[in-house]
Amino acid sequence: MAQGITPEKLIKPPSQGTGMYKGDSNIDDRFGADKPSEEFAQYSDPLREIPDDLEVDAEKLITDTKVKEVLHQLNTELVALEIVKERISEIAHLLLIDRLRRSIGLEAEAPTLHMSFTGNPGTGKTTVARKMGQILWKLGYIRKGHVVTASRDDLVGQYVGHTAPKTREVIKRAMGGVLFIDEAYNIYRLDNERDYGQETVEMLLEVMENDRQDLVVIMAGYRDKMDRFFSDVPGISSRIAHHVDFPDYTAEELLDIGRMIMEQQRYQFSSDAEKAFQEYLQIRLTRPHFANGRSVRNALDRTRMRQAIRLYDAVEKGRKLTKKDLVTIEAEDILASRVFDDLHALELPSGNGEAKGKSKPRAKAGASKAKK
Amino acid sequence: MAGTSEPGRPRWLAGVMPYKEMGYWKPDYVPEDSDIIAAFRITPQDQVEPEEAAAAVAGESSTATWTVVWTDRLTAHDNYQAKAYKVIPVPNSSPPQWIAYIAYKHDLFEEGSIPNLTSSIIGNVFGFKALKALRLEDMHIPREYIKTYQGPPHGIITEREMINKYGRPLLGATTKPKLGLSPRNYGRVVYEALRGGLDFVKDDENINSQNFNRWRDRYLYCMEAVHRAMEVTGEVKGHYLNVTAATMEDMYERAEFAKELGSVIIMIDLTIGFTAMTSMSHWARANGLILHLHRAGYATYARQKNHGVNFRVLSKWCRLLGVDHIHAGTVVGKLEGDPNAIKGYYRTLTQDKVEANPVQGIYFDQDWAHMPGVMPVASGGIHAGQMHQLLHYLGEDVVLQFGGGTIGHPMGVAQGAEANRVAVEAMIKARNEGRDYFKEGPDILKAAAKKNAPLASALEVWGDITFDFESTDVPDVIETPTKVS
Amino acid sequence: MATSTGLIIRQGTFSTLPELTDDEIRAQIQYGIDNGWAVSIEYSDDPHPRNTYWDMWGMPMFDLKDAAGGLYEVNKCREAFPNSYVKVSLYNPKLTKQTIGLQFMVQRPKHEPGFRLVRSEGPHRRIFYTMEPYAAEKPHGDRYED
Repeated sequence: MAQGITPEKLIKPPSQGTGMYKGDSNIDDRFGADKPSEEFAQYSDPLREIPDDLEVDAEKLITDTKVKEVLHQLNTELVALEIVKERISEIAHLLLIDRLRRSIGLEAEAPTLHMSFTGNPGTGKTTVARKMGQILWKLGYIRKGHVVTASRDDLVGQYVGHTAPKTREVIKRAMGGVLFIDEAYNIYRLDNERDYGQETVEMLLEVMENDRQDLVVIMAGYRDKMDRFFSDVPGISSRIAHHVDFPDYTAEELLDIGRMIMEQQRYQFSSDAEKAFQEYLQIRLTRPHFANGRSVRNALDRTRMRQAIRLYDAVEKGRKLTKKDLVTIEAEDILASRVFDDLHALELPSGNGEAKGKSKPRAKAGASKAKK
Repeated sequence: MAGTSEPGRPRWLAGVMPYKEMGYWKPDYVPEDSDIIAAFRITPQDQVEPEEAAAAVAGESSTATWTVVWTDRLTAHDNYQAKAYKVIPVPNSSPPQWIAYIAYKHDLFEEGSIPNLTSSIIGNVFGFKALKALRLEDMHIPREYIKTYQGPPHGIITEREMINKYGRPLLGATTKPKLGLSPRNYGRVVYEALRGGLDFVKDDENINSQNFNRWRDRYLYCMEAVHRAMEVTGEVKGHYLNVTAATMEDMYERAEFAKELGSVIIMIDLTIGFTAMTSMSHWARANGLILHLHRAGYATYARQKNHGVNFRVLSKWCRLLGVDHIHAGTVVGKLEGDPNAIKGYYRTLTQDKVEANPVQGIYFDQDWAHMPGVMPVASGGIHAGQMHQLLHYLGEDVVLQFGGGTIGHPMGVAQGAEANRVAVEAMIKARNEGRDYFKEGPDILKAAAKKNAPLASALEVWGDITFDFESTDVPDVIETPTKVS
Repeated sequence: MATSTGLIIRQGTFSTLPELTDDEIRAQIQYGIDNGWAVSIEYSDDPHPRNTYWDMWGMPMFDLKDAAGGLYEVNKCREAFPNSYVKVSLYNPKLTKQTIGLQFMVQRPKHEPGFRLVRSEGPHRRIFYTMEPYAAEKPHGDRYED
């Protein structure tokens, strides 16, 4: 990406060789392979040599890279996450200006772009990482925009000699794009000296430093665990340029997410159903294993199934269905959730018969949940 | 006279009746997948209607004779009669021509025998009086029939593995002068060209075993040259030793000797005939040598647009009977060849599933049932300065033969060879880097020549010499640009 | 001249061009990846042209998106065997094309002593040729030291 340093400028003048075997310039070039760009860099001091009023075409870069569109997408497709969006667009702007400075030779070294995304499950880290891949690609910081997701199992082996090839394989696949390491702290087990994760960490450190222009690493996970990981392995922390924290969604934001998912899937809540869903979220928020956006999506998947069973039963009873029936989620589709069930179970120890839905859908919903 | 019908005449009454009415014209016939289909360009005599002419071709190339014979009735003649089922007028042809489509049951032809196939298809019929001219344009060969042929002894993939060269056109040259060099001097040319960077050198079609250069001596000197060149370059080299001779016994003797000397390749001429070619193909498969075919004499019947056999059909026959190399035109060189038609030949020789393409003169989809491809050879009047055009038109599965373009180099034969090698490698490198090498070709060559004196000199001498004569044989359909890019 | 000391082994496409830079190697590997080919790095200290099976530097890489992964291994291999031949082979797995699609050298020993051509004379002027690399007189691992 560095400007003005092309191999052509450094090519030695052609010798008048008579063939490939005697005094041929080809052969000389073969072994004199010095590092041209470093040599060249010594001769220029861009800060002094480039005139101050040299104009740079920022608009063109912004238009050409289409980075605006990606940021716009990020803003419209993701509910809430205002702080995150702000951080991402800050990073994008920084990189855009960096790219401009680079275009006139003010920057030489590849910038560090490794990031950490911290937050609870379902707060949009993976989604944002994919957008980040696009942004970096459009700005020309990585050659491909792909994101390779990996966790401990993909990186760390189970026997001697297994880890290095495994980690290397993942790194190479991710090169040219983004390596997204989910729950990165799992790689490293401080309490076990013989854990092979140590090897992975060392390899990651090496590529994060030496192959910056080929690979961007995003490490993700819970905030507290990640903090501990960084203090245990300071080398990693010092190579990460941007920390982005993903807050939990509020109940209201979760409802927005729910509405958006329903809309994408061509469903709508009846007004009772919306109230029921709100109620559901309030309860679900406090339960263990709550995973923000992901939990909303899963809950709605189960809701659609209960709606289907309800409609099927209606048909069996001879009712004619309309389009409205097919698109509408009713309160009972939500209230039949086990979240309420448990609540009622607490209140009414033997209260199965009082439940709002029928026993059949409830059993199904339970089964599908158990599978997950 | 054939062509005049008598209404109500019984089919089996002795005497002459139109071919059309003997069952050779069946406009409703739908060819079966297993049929062999031929597309003939027919130029009927003025008083003969095209359907009758097509039926006559179908009849004469299958079961018919000039008169009704009762012995037809001892056979399932419906099966054995070829069926002309479609005639399409050729636009703007004068005298008027038609393309006649004729289907043959594969029972008509012996398995694995091109001599038998050609005795039927181009046997009697080309001298038939009812036609002014006749040309076999293309043939569809069904998988059933393809599977009865050996095919190339090795094919493109195995050849590349044998000589350990991938991802670029192979380079060759024909020893010049074609005739007169003593065996020792002949070997000198071979050595110089190979050490300079060519992969192959070649005997010409007419050097066999004349009084100035007997085959055994030539082979000995050529193989000395090949091994010396391998010593100084560390890469596999070859020389196509021409084993063409008057008898099969002679050819086998020469081929055996070539094998014993460690040659990777031998060559034959088309003039030896289909049977001898097939025999040498089997020999080459059994003995592990690449088989190069020089299409000597083909243009006597392949060149004229209205009469003969199109080269694409000959290509198919050669792929079936099995050769590893075949000369197939250069586009930019000194010998006959329209670019689109040549593209069609190359596809026919190298691809597995060849789709019909009227612009390239390909009439039928052809599925080769994974039969290996034949390496096309481009030879005649080409030089390093055309490398971008050669790569563009001919692709990378090709042997580019620079005879004059190697041996005529002002700095020497080895330098001529080196110029070609540097040019092809520079062009492949640029292509792989994603450059528009066809457009930037001259610049790419100039840049490479800056670091290589022999290439610089080659470009200076031959520059952009091309042989730009109008071709006598172009497909009927001309490509019209549909999009402006 | 064609003496043993001036020899450059002409194996692999691009062997008559100036040594490829890392960026040029990257571009060629990317060409293979874009064609759907696997990337393999191989090294050897036996340059005999019929030495087909060089040592594999790890498994061929089938899932690369970007050539950086290939170049990374090229460099690892060159570091580990600074005085061996190293080549990149790109394998085309397509039906009817199943062999190497492109192969090129990315490192060669500093000094290449070349080959000895041995002629053993048979009857009737027939000669049997054998070619052996001078370097192969030493065992693997001891060849091509400065």
